[in-house]
Amino acid sequence: MNFTIGSLLAFSFAASLLAVIALIWAISTHQFRITESDARTVFEDDDEAGKLDDPTSPHSERLATQDPRLTRDWHRLLIVMFVTATAWLVFGSVFGVIASLKLHLPDWLTGSAPLTFGRMRTLHLNSVIYGFLSLGGIGTAMWLVPTLFKTPLRKPRLGLVGAAIWNLGLLAGVTAIARGWTDGLEWLEIPWQFDILLALGGACFAVPLLFTAAARRVNHIYVTGWYYMAGLVWFPALFIMANMPVHTGAQQATANWWFAHNVLGLWLTPLGLGAAYYFIPKIIGKPIYSYRLSLLGFWALALFYSQVGMHHLVGGPIPTWVVSLSIVQSVMMVVPVIAVAINQHTLSLGNLWAWRESLPLRFVALGAIMYTLASLQGSLEAVRAFSTVAHFTHYTVGHAHLGAYAFVALVLFGGIYYMLPRITGRAWPMPWAISLHFWLVVVGFAIYFFALTIGGWLQGLAMVDASREWLESMELTVPYLAGRSLGGTLMTLGHFVFAANLAVLFLGPRRHFEETPQAEETQSPRPAQESEA
Amino acid sequence: MNRILPLIIVALALLAFATLFLVAGPAAQIRTIEPPEGLEPYSEAEQRGREVYVSMGCVYCHTQQPRSSEQAPDATRGWGRASTAADYVYDEPHLLGTMRTGPDLLNVGARLPSRQWHLTHLYQPRAVTPTSIMPSFPFLFEAKEKAGSDDVVVKLPEQYRPEGKVIVAKQAALDLTDYLLSLDRTYPVEHDHLRDNGFRAEKEDS
Repeated sequence: MNFTIGSLLAFSFAASLLAVIALIWAISTHQFRITESDARTVFEDDDEAGKLDDPTSPHSERLATQDPRLTRDWHRLLIVMFVTATAWLVFGSVFGVIASLKLHLPDWLTGSAPLTFGRMRTLHLNSVIYGFLSLGGIGTAMWLVPTLFKTPLRKPRLGLVGAAIWNLGLLAGVTAIARGWTDGLEWLEIPWQFDILLALGGACFAVPLLFTAAARRVNHIYVTGWYYMAGLVWFPALFIMANMPVHTGAQQATANWWFAHNVLGLWLTPLGLGAAYYFIPKIIGKPIYSYRLSLLGFWALALFYSQVGMHHLVGGPIPTWVVSLSIVQSVMMVVPVIAVAINQHTLSLGNLWAWRESLPLRFVALGAIMYTLASLQGSLEAVRAFSTVAHFTHYTVGHAHLGAYAFVALVLFGGIYYMLPRITGRAWPMPWAISLHFWLVVVGFAIYFFALTIGGWLQGLAMVDASREWLESMELTVPYLAGRSLGGTLMTLGHFVFAANLAVLFLGPRRHFEETPQAEETQSPRPAQESEA
Repeated sequence: MNRILPLIIVALALLAFATLFLVAGPAAQIRTIEPPEGLEPYSEAEQRGREVYVSMGCVYCHTQQPRSSEQAPDATRGWGRASTAADYVYDEPHLLGTMRTGPDLLNVGARLPSRQWHLTHLYQPRAVTPTSIMPSFPFLFEAKEKAGSDDVVVKLPEQYRPEGKVIVAKQAALDLTDYLLSLDRTYPVEHDHLRDNGFRAEKEDS
């Protein structure tokens, strides 16, 4: 038995390694017909290169007007996606703050079952994952995929039906959870009956995007398109398989964590990275550092990330070889992460002038940096010695938020700030609120993250120390949990500011763009950039 | 890379490859195990209590997977020996958990066998452990002028007793307690290989 299992393990790892080597060989010998010039696909025309493009900045050198390709239904669909996503964000963060407060105020709001910690926490997770991040991420794809493929979105009405079904399914799902009806598996709490609605809604999102991709007017599929197309097929495959009622007991735990981790790696990560690969070069006006490297980043993610997840069961009741396999692949994740980091950070950090000029870029580029940090931290956390301390503690919660929030949510915020003026033809009514939003969530998240990381690590050290009472490991976290509530509250305030800006954009008096800002050419930020380089 | 279909096919193939290893592989190994001799299926009341445990989200603060003594002092804390896949054959959904905001509960029935203790603790955890951050569950109980003949009265320190009333447990609290008391995996271990033994001392490998 040990021999066969050991061989399987070695085989899987060797196969993955060979695949990466083959990929590197293929890229270096130009087997893929892609060139550095394909990286310029993000720009509309040659004229655009080297110019700041940001509808929120007075120094933008590109015209910030409504996109002429928008069709009526496509326009409506995008607005529905972003407005409902934002509504879920606001609800989800309020649930999160309540759950956080309840951890250090355990006798607060104990009157009814829906308000108990176990349900508030679950409402928070499902609202932000399936509400904000998924709807916001797909909405972004519904803008970027047609834009990159230079053709309007196909079948937008089907997308609208999908948005209705998805929101309805999610609403029914969170209501069920609040009332205590749950499938009881982390990340899969929504009862399977309502999961069917989510699957249907998801299909209605995928079809328009795939049809748009098939009808594209460009020869080359930009890297953003790879991530989106793959994510679009990965998520339904994962979601449907994970909801199949075929596993029980320890076996179900493996299926559960296979899903829960892949939903981060093969769904939220492609949504976030795909968007970052577009917005960073687009706003700065320069292509990414090495386009061919992005191939390695993409395929290595598909290869290694799909086998990560069992490190959530380190020391648990599942076969040793499965855990070891996941740990090895977690460490291998360093490969795609470094590839993406070289591509995105060299561009954004090499153009610091653009960080000062563009708030959307600040959100997106900072989010991309957080992806690198979260992934490297994740590789470290999977290692047995490290996991022994960090596992079962609040440290892990900090890490999860570094990935899902500081990376994906920040990228989406920046993307929405960039896209909505182009979609609506209106300028943001309260430009100062964008900056306020940025600082509230950045400061709030920093407090949140460091409180949980330090508190969680101390908790873990106390827990593995046999000479200390277990109770000590819980008691010492209380001040850090209070710190988390403070950070979380600041983040939530930031979300209210964001939602208010969005509401005024739609409901308030129309604020059109000033005349094209070419008059300001003398103040354009480009010369400054050269002096810095 | 300029075609959608090959991209999608390879992406799905990679996921299938991973699923084979992470889901199908361990499932084939775990599926065949027999329930251990000392493990009984849950009774009806215990199963109902388990559903209360699931619906209240207890799993978000409590694990049910003691680690081996090579890795962590879980056994020293009274949480029991390292669990193996066989200990969970009757569990659906699984409740292994990933957080220890509270202690591990796989053997809480053996460690704390008093029904009264659990009822008091569920009604007001701070009546038992003053620094506890576990939520109280007053809605699983009822305050009555006088207990009926069938009522289970919860013993409480004076400061937590409502004036002139008694606290009696509702059915959900009784079921939940039954479930907690059923958590007892102290029988001898079988299928020792069906757990993560990556922490075992080297002598085992040779």
